[in-house]
Amino acid sequence: MNFTLKIWRQASQRDQGQFVTYRIDEISDDMSFLEMLDLLNEQLIAKSEDPVAFDSDCREGICGMCGLMISGQAHGPEVTTTCQLHMRSFTSGDTITIEPWRADPFPVLKDLIVDRSAFDRIIQAGGYISVNTGAAPEAHSVPVPKPNADRAFDAATCIGCGACVAACPNASGMLFMAAKVTHLGELPQGQPERASRVLSMVTQHDHEGFGGCTNIGECSAACPKEIPLDVISTLNGDLRRAMQHKPS
Amino acid sequence: MAVTGAIFVGYVLLHMYGNLMAFGGADVYNTYAHHLRTFLMPMLPYQGFLWVLRLVLVLALVGHVFAAFTLWNRAQKARTTRYAVKKAVAATLSAKWMRWGGVALLAFVVFHLLEFTTRTITPGGDSDSPFTRLTNGFSLWWVFLIYLVAMFALAMHLHHGIWSAAQTLGWTSSALSRRVAKTLGLTIALVVSVGFIVPPFLILVGVIK
Repeated sequence: MNFTLKIWRQASQRDQGQFVTYRIDEISDDMSFLEMLDLLNEQLIAKSEDPVAFDSDCREGICGMCGLMISGQAHGPEVTTTCQLHMRSFTSGDTITIEPWRADPFPVLKDLIVDRSAFDRIIQAGGYISVNTGAAPEAHSVPVPKPNADRAFDAATCIGCGACVAACPNASGMLFMAAKVTHLGELPQGQPERASRVLSMVTQHDHEGFGGCTNIGECSAACPKEIPLDVISTLNGDLRRAMQHKPS
Repeated sequence: MAVTGAIFVGYVLLHMYGNLMAFGGADVYNTYAHHLRTFLMPMLPYQGFLWVLRLVLVLALVGHVFAAFTLWNRAQKARTTRYAVKKAVAATLSAKWMRWGGVALLAFVVFHLLEFTTRTITPGGDSDSPFTRLTNGFSLWWVFLIYLVAMFALAMHLHHGIWSAAQTLGWTSSALSRRVAKTLGLTIALVVSVGFIVPPFLILVGVIK
């Protein structure tokens, strides 16, 4: 397979950046998208050119490091992560535009790499439960109803890749934040901090400069873990109740 | 956004119901218009109920526009560098048209008030009878066309707005409740827009006169 790649090149955070077009040939349809970029980089290095910088780690679709805007879709045309996207999802001869996530709270560090520390700060603000150290309690001592456990687990599959922000027309981080709020809010262990959690996380989210949610649904459609939109409603409900009974 | 929007949903339902009085002819329609002004009298002065309603609507409008502007402003600031290529996968047409549709509706409301409330512009001729003003206006095809476009915009706004309000208020935390909210949004959007446009259409084609 042959492709024309239009890739965003930006030397540093302060650099203006621009698209550079590359031709790449003899791509196997079994290659992952990142392997295709690896091949491009080998060719660039052989020509003593600067390779394209992009993030990746596990390449199994579970770590959330890789994330590219591929021809206008976060993680490309399939519901999966960029590393699990294969070239057979494209047609030979296609022009593929590759851009970094575009959101001001995610500044571009180099080429296709963005800094997603804003997500870490949102988690630090409240995306946890406080547990005193000591021996782990007997797991069965706190029963969790099956539907709640299932929903908590589904929400907990969020890998924090940032595709929701990238796909959102408002560049909002609501789906990411709501996945965490729902994950902890469905479990007994999450109850003591439920109200303060949502207030702190939303405050941090807004402070980071993410946009507001207008319930369009692009986030959920782009999510490689298929986190449903109803987690945002859960967050909104928690926020409404927390604002009505502000914790001291 | 959600709370002020809910006030508007209630209002358009009420307004649409009132407009259906046109089916009863001049007497029924004019009596309804008169009752609106004497409603809750003598507890309230003449037109008192209407003024309370107007005050609530103006406050809701200010709140709605302020919230919309805040959301728009935040979205602009959150993505100062735009994508070269961006595909919308899940966004409905209604969702995409919320902002411009809202602006169009506001422009329409101004026109509508100038025509029927302040009587500044009176296409087809002015009259002291509300029913005659109605039939005069809608005998003109271009007046009907403006209303047709506006009702389409209203239907789109309600379609996304009602489900979105339910989501914002935290009422759609399950797949079932989400489906209910979406169905309700579509149903109210259709009922209101069709209910609004049928009397003008029948006037245009000469069934109501």
